[in-house]
Amino acid sequence: MAHTRAGSAVWYAVSTVKPTALPPFQSVFDDHAHAVLTFLTGAVGSSEAEDCFQETMLSALRAYPRLGDASNLRGWLFTIARRKAIDAHRARARRPTPVADPDPGSALDTHPSTEEGLWDGVRGLPSKQRKAVVLRFAGDRSYPEIAAAMSTTQDSARQSVHEGLKKLRRELR
Amino acid sequence: MNIDAALTDRFVERAGARGLVDVAVTSMDSPIGTLLLMATPKGLVRIAFEDENRDDVLGEVAEQLSPRILEAPRRLDPVRRELDRYFAGRLRDFEVPIDWSLTREFARKVLRRTSKIPYGSVASYKDVAVGVGTPGGARAVGNALGSNPIPVVVPCHRVVLTGGAIGGYGGGLPRKRWLLALEGR
Repeated sequence: MAHTRAGSAVWYAVSTVKPTALPPFQSVFDDHAHAVLTFLTGAVGSSEAEDCFQETMLSALRAYPRLGDASNLRGWLFTIARRKAIDAHRARARRPTPVADPDPGSALDTHPSTEEGLWDGVRGLPSKQRKAVVLRFAGDRSYPEIAAAMSTTQDSARQSVHEGLKKLRRELR
Repeated sequence: MNIDAALTDRFVERAGARGLVDVAVTSMDSPIGTLLLMATPKGLVRIAFEDENRDDVLGEVAEQLSPRILEAPRRLDPVRRELDRYFAGRLRDFEVPIDWSLTREFARKVLRRTSKIPYGSVASYKDVAVGVGTPGGARAVGNALGSNPIPVVVPCHRVVLTGGAIGGYGGGLPRKRWLLALEGR
């Protein structure tokens, strides 16, 4: 529970540790699949979330051996997920025009990006929602932990994450 | 938290169809404990006994071969079937292809030689040393066998001391005794 009082420190800590060996992709999948799917369900809706999820994980797997730094795998996955969500929204806007497969090259990040992608959107959120979303998805904190870190109730923490995701989803439209 | 198993299955299937699974992993029960099995598109590359730490084994393979490692049980079905038949006493010679990538030079030579020792017979460390052209290298042969990444299928349990004493085994002597007994020794 050492991190619960230092919400934003979680985020800075993960981006400053030295490069680490890449773990087997299976453990990356096990650790983050649920969060990625939850994010995508919020971003594109449940009917398109699975396709986006599959595209995200396949792009990630394709690029994985070239990823230089394993210190922020979650941030890297979320960057890819956000791009897949944007692709899905563009595809929906262009329908019924047939849509080409997204160019895998453009969707791949060989370095975890903290300057663009998903976190731009997150930075734009009101402070309470931003903190809650970052703790939930970058820090992988449980709702009781988020509530403790933000000196609030679990319900309120849950509400902030929910509102934050809703706002991100609207912004993507 | 886990996601729907069907979703994971579809991912593994698509990843496989696109050639993105460099190493497939699964585990199976056996009379000598749970075995961790790993295969590349070239063949069976690693078998680990349950006393080895699973994360350590996967981590080493990730570093030495590729981190694109996924649980893909179906890819290992042929291996599992042969092992089941072997443990039931109904298979003498393994036919699944072997990927020797995790072995180097001398060890590979020793292990290839060892895989030619027939079911139910044994050879001494010295025999194997002579067989690979280094008659004085019985101890080095022992080390090479100890590093066998594919025990059971590459039958290092068939190598014993001159005179018949059992010698050593990376997976522990009880397993070596069990395997030799299975083969009628």
